[in-house]
Amino acid sequence: MAFEFGGMPQFEAATCAHRSTSKALVKHNAGADVDEDEQQFTGPVPMFSLPRTDNPSEFLHQYSDANPDSKVKIQFAHGTTTLGFKFQHGVIIAVDSRASAGSYIASQTVKKVIEINPYLLGTMAGGAADCSYWERVLAKECRLFELRNGERISVAAASKILANIVYHYRGMGLSMGTMICGWDKKGPGLFYVDSDGTRLTNNLFSVGSGSTYAYGVLDAGYRWDLSVEEAHELARRAIYHATFRDAYSGGHINLYHMKETGWERILNMQDVGPLHYEYEAMKEQSMATTAD
Amino acid sequence: MDFLIALVGKDFVLTAADSASARSIMRMKSDMDKMIPLSSHALMLLAGPVGDCSNFGDYIQANLKLQALTNGFEASTHATANYVRKNIADALRSRGAYQVNSLIAGVDEQDGPSLYYLDYLGTMVKVPYGAHGYGSFFTFATLDHHYREGMSLEEATDVLKKCFLEIKTRFLMNLDSFKVRVVDADGIREVEVAQP
Repeated sequence: MAFEFGGMPQFEAATCAHRSTSKALVKHNAGADVDEDEQQFTGPVPMFSLPRTDNPSEFLHQYSDANPDSKVKIQFAHGTTTLGFKFQHGVIIAVDSRASAGSYIASQTVKKVIEINPYLLGTMAGGAADCSYWERVLAKECRLFELRNGERISVAAASKILANIVYHYRGMGLSMGTMICGWDKKGPGLFYVDSDGTRLTNNLFSVGSGSTYAYGVLDAGYRWDLSVEEAHELARRAIYHATFRDAYSGGHINLYHMKETGWERILNMQDVGPLHYEYEAMKEQSMATTAD
Repeated sequence: MDFLIALVGKDFVLTAADSASARSIMRMKSDMDKMIPLSSHALMLLAGPVGDCSNFGDYIQANLKLQALTNGFEASTHATANYVRKNIADALRSRGAYQVNSLIAGVDEQDGPSLYYLDYLGTMVKVPYGAHGYGSFFTFATLDHHYREGMSLEEATDVLKKCFLEIKTRFLMNLDSFKVRVVDADGIREVEVAQP
């Protein structure tokens, strides 16, 4: 996932009452290390997000001169792992939470699952701003559909609205690879939509730089008749293994389960660090049992 | 990486397309349908970026349906192919060109079976057999060698099988499943062809 200007809520954009402007200019990573007494009087300052490196402009330069003729001025490398699969009890969506800008980890606590409405979820891969903005537009369109038609929009129609929007903007630098998942009259729905205008449906998708690793786990363990617990564990493991191998994926796991009654959040920001040692211990235990 | 192939027989056109949907080095889907019916007796096979193919395919299909409704009859295969070609050619000189290569197979009461080969630049040729994609490099020689005019469905299927086999043995990519359809006087139907 790409870190972009103002795309991530790095610093809260709250109102600033009695803050001296000179200080605001000096400190560019406010919020993180503002003196306590200072905070009492002032509160967070609205700031332009900058990468926390010695020289932000130099750092950004390496991503901005790929092709001087191109209309696309900034091209970040993006890393992410997201996955989704349908099975007998609904749809599972799981994601990591790392935002990277090249070699720089911009955040470890990004919410890559976008809650469009109680029956629709979208995942985020590619440009964070593109995904969050266009899926918000999609949320608006879905709500308008409900108001106009008096019933919920189907997953197929919702995903097609997004696909048609991004297809209209093709070649203009949008970057998104998203899964739209939900529950409608036809049951569970899962669609893959990307910024090339591709729109596909299938039982199983994984998107992002870590997707190859996630597929490795998923393809081996996926069955339609997975139990709910098995499905949750399969998704968690797939994301964990992707965060382990893919440098651009990491942070925490978020896991959602889409049911007939709408989505439910199963894992809320589970740290992959401790999880690694949990899985290592399980591996050692199983090896010890085999040795016996 | 898409592979499309079609050949004209005695009173039918036999068509096949692989059913993999690739993105970069990954297969996103294994049961993709790359054919879209344009009328009761005409089928279009599309290869190229998935977004372009589905948007272009839907657009053409809807407009030909509209024409059929307003005119009260469905366009001939020849007219259909020319209509598709014009849309590709018009789009080519605009901002959003459709990068789609296609084969149009159809059967008419007057003209019988016919096949048109179109590429994304607006080339259109009426051919007895045609193929698109990397697979065409491996199959054209086989088609040139084994194709005969007025083949029966069984003979045509045999030639198609030879093409599948060649792809399996020489092409690096694993194109393991193909969708095969026949267009004849009765319309469009799917046929099972044992894959090598």
